[in-house]
Amino acid sequence: MAAAAAPVTVRVTRSRRPSYWTAIGGAAVLAVLASLPYVVYANVTDLLVNFIILLTLATTWNLLAGYAGLVSVGQQVYIGVGAYTVLVLSGNGFSPFLAIPLAAVAAGLASIPVSLLLLHLRGAYFAIATWVVAEAVGLAVLRVPSLGGGTGATLEGLAGFDPAVREALTYWSALAVGAVTVVGCYLLLRSRFGLDLTAIRDNEVGARSVGVRILSAKRIVYVVAGAGAGAAGALLIVSQLNVQAVSIFSVQWSAYMIFVALIGGVGTVEGPILGTVIFFILQQSLADRGAWYLIIVGTIAVVMAMWVPRGLWGLVDDRFHVRLFPVGYWLHGAVTNPAKPSET
Amino acid sequence: MVWINAAVQGVLLGGLYALFACGLSLIFGVMRVVNLAHGDFAVLAAYLALAVIAAVHVPVLWAVLVAAPLFALLGYAVQRLIIQRSLDISPLTTLLVTFGLSIVIQNALLEVASANSQSLPAGLLTSGALRVSGQLSLGYLSLLIFGTAIVVIVALQMFLARTSMGRQVRAAADDQETASTLGVNVRHVFGIAAALAFATVALAGVAFGMYSSFDPSAGPQRLIFAFEAVVIGGMGSLWGTLAGGVILGVAQVLGSQVDAGFGVLAGHLVFLAVLALRPNGLIPSRSA
Amino acid sequence: MNLATEAGEAVAMIGANGAGKSTLLRTLAGLHRPAAGTIHLDGRDITAMPPHERAAAGIVLVPEGRRLFPSLTLEENLLVGTTPRRRGAWNLARIYELFPWMAARRAMTTVFLSGGEQQAVAIGRALMTNPRVLLLDELSLGLAPTVVQRLYDMLPQLLGAGMAVLLVEQDVTQALRVSGRVHCLLEGRITLSGRPAELKPADVEAAYFGLAHRGGGSG
Repeated sequence: MAAAAAPVTVRVTRSRRPSYWTAIGGAAVLAVLASLPYVVYANVTDLLVNFIILLTLATTWNLLAGYAGLVSVGQQVYIGVGAYTVLVLSGNGFSPFLAIPLAAVAAGLASIPVSLLLLHLRGAYFAIATWVVAEAVGLAVLRVPSLGGGTGATLEGLAGFDPAVREALTYWSALAVGAVTVVGCYLLLRSRFGLDLTAIRDNEVGARSVGVRILSAKRIVYVVAGAGAGAAGALLIVSQLNVQAVSIFSVQWSAYMIFVALIGGVGTVEGPILGTVIFFILQQSLADRGAWYLIIVGTIAVVMAMWVPRGLWGLVDDRFHVRLFPVGYWLHGAVTNPAKPSET
Repeated sequence: MVWINAAVQGVLLGGLYALFACGLSLIFGVMRVVNLAHGDFAVLAAYLALAVIAAVHVPVLWAVLVAAPLFALLGYAVQRLIIQRSLDISPLTTLLVTFGLSIVIQNALLEVASANSQSLPAGLLTSGALRVSGQLSLGYLSLLIFGTAIVVIVALQMFLARTSMGRQVRAAADDQETASTLGVNVRHVFGIAAALAFATVALAGVAFGMYSSFDPSAGPQRLIFAFEAVVIGGMGSLWGTLAGGVILGVAQVLGSQVDAGFGVLAGHLVFLAVLALRPNGLIPSRSA
Repeated sequence: MNLATEAGEAVAMIGANGAGKSTLLRTLAGLHRPAAGTIHLDGRDITAMPPHERAAAGIVLVPEGRRLFPSLTLEENLLVGTTPRRRGAWNLARIYELFPWMAARRAMTTVFLSGGEQQAVAIGRALMTNPRVLLLDELSLGLAPTVVQRLYDMLPQLLGAGMAVLLVEQDVTQALRVSGRVHCLLEGRITLSGRPAELKPADVEAAYFGLAHRGGGSG
């Protein structure tokens, strides 16, 4: 209280250099995975395709909810847009595999007008509005006979392929989508933009007062999430070879995304990965129990939300301070409470 | 004339939607919470009524006397044990938790009751109608449901405006902290509000079960319609909810007159239009 | 800090912004958990009591910024005070006696009342609980001096009936005028205590701003 303090210099460093072990390990895993079609039967790679679809959805949903604070119950609309884009393009002669990135772009573009309509809404308003948009689009698609109407449509463009080749190509496309999604999200969050997002998540008013452009940041995240869901939808139609409006626009997809997020944890890059793994295992092992699998998973999700709000990865992080995908910062120098350094 | 008849049917349908929506509106107005399992609880009530009727062979309206108080108790418990706990964590958590609850209820009903469509026997009510003119007839069931919606809304308004507990509910809704320092047990009061809301959900579920057929997955659609009614009419205003329900009902029935499958979509479009143009609804009583 | 108050006594807490005065009152009302220490009312330990039970026990807060309920009419705001069901002399009739202008406005919303009128309603609302201990948080905030004067002029009436009043004030003059004992807070600690009549202005100033003692000060 008496003497003036000597000026303190503050240094900011990234929290752990991008873990080189993760990068090397990741590349190795990717290489092993890419070789799988030569090694295992198609049912294994099919399983992995479904896993990656879920992972893509969960990662992008986590971006929306965990970083932009937007709980959407309507991402399935972009799954549908992605799938139907592939259908239409393939009907016009495009290779379905090449159509996958285009489907992602289409879904991203489609999300822009929706964002203009919905992004000023908050909380429950936003959530249910996104759901209604998905329902409305689904109902509209049902009424378009050229898209298959109520019975659904088949993907024709892959008819000429040898099944093994087709499945391998599908699998590799899925690997590409999954890798791009996870790495892309990680890089996004590690960037300056990611810092803005964390600021918005933690304290929107405070973020605005230091100049973070809230609405455009949220819009960017919403479009990225839409594109991701579009890619997932494209993978879906390519792997299933048909699409049905009622099921692809169903809110069941949002249920999956939410459950994964609640189990694995929202707000980290690792959370959705862990959550997808566990959810997938539960889904596969309980698949023959019919409705029980959703009762069990749903109950687990509810319990997790209330007692372990940061999800399982949150528990791991709290205990071991592990970050495979470090996105935070360390503050050195101006420490007001010397007892613990601060990391975001 | 066909259009006038359709519009009138839409108005009456609005009564059913208002019955669904007033519980949602009450909870949102008081706690700023949307229970995403709202529709599923209504469907649960319909199945409960079915079970009561199967067990005791009473007319369906007696089943209401069983369902409503039971649901009031259920509502108090769900509020204090689940929703309050989620609210303490964050408002988004309540969305996620109630969503999870919705899935659990749907699938539990699927396990217990099977996916087959069921219906509550309404006896004379389903077939009888009031003939107003050559082309205009008002079904007794629809009239009863509309009348019930009005009675319920009036009762809720009177509860809020005239009773001491109602006053405590409104005070807690305005400012939880200050209310608590004046002796209001906010958690208990929220529980009472939820109990009332759940009682209306039970009524809505039974009404719905008599009005149309239902199956375990019918909940989410009811939630969407209820929410649309609340938003169109204005969050937090009970009479606005009635107006919103009526507008939604009219949009849907007129839409299905245009084309058989267009009804629900027409309702969605009206909802989205209101969101875009008048986000506070038509009769806002407090800011969203 | 150690703080005590008795029936019929008005104790004032003064201090600069951030000194912790409001936090103290809110903790007494039950809105904050003390990290350490206890609170007793009539010998009963109420440290763990939630706010609504404290109101029933007889401690009520008139919050900083009035915080009337905007959806409720003036009379309904007052009636919320009957929630704890405590017996005592205060009821609607007596409040309308104390503040005659309220009777005419009883069915109106409080949103358009002036600051002073809102403060009066907030006090009336608290009095309706028939408290043993009245906590007044920054009564003078945003109000003209004459209005503040008139509000504080009521205090002797409340004290005479056996109420204890603990008030927090930015306006040091008023605080010294109406209270029987004053404490000065700085950064969560009491730096000066005493009867207003016995305190020297210089000491009060020193304690308020945390300046070093200047000759013969009390500590």
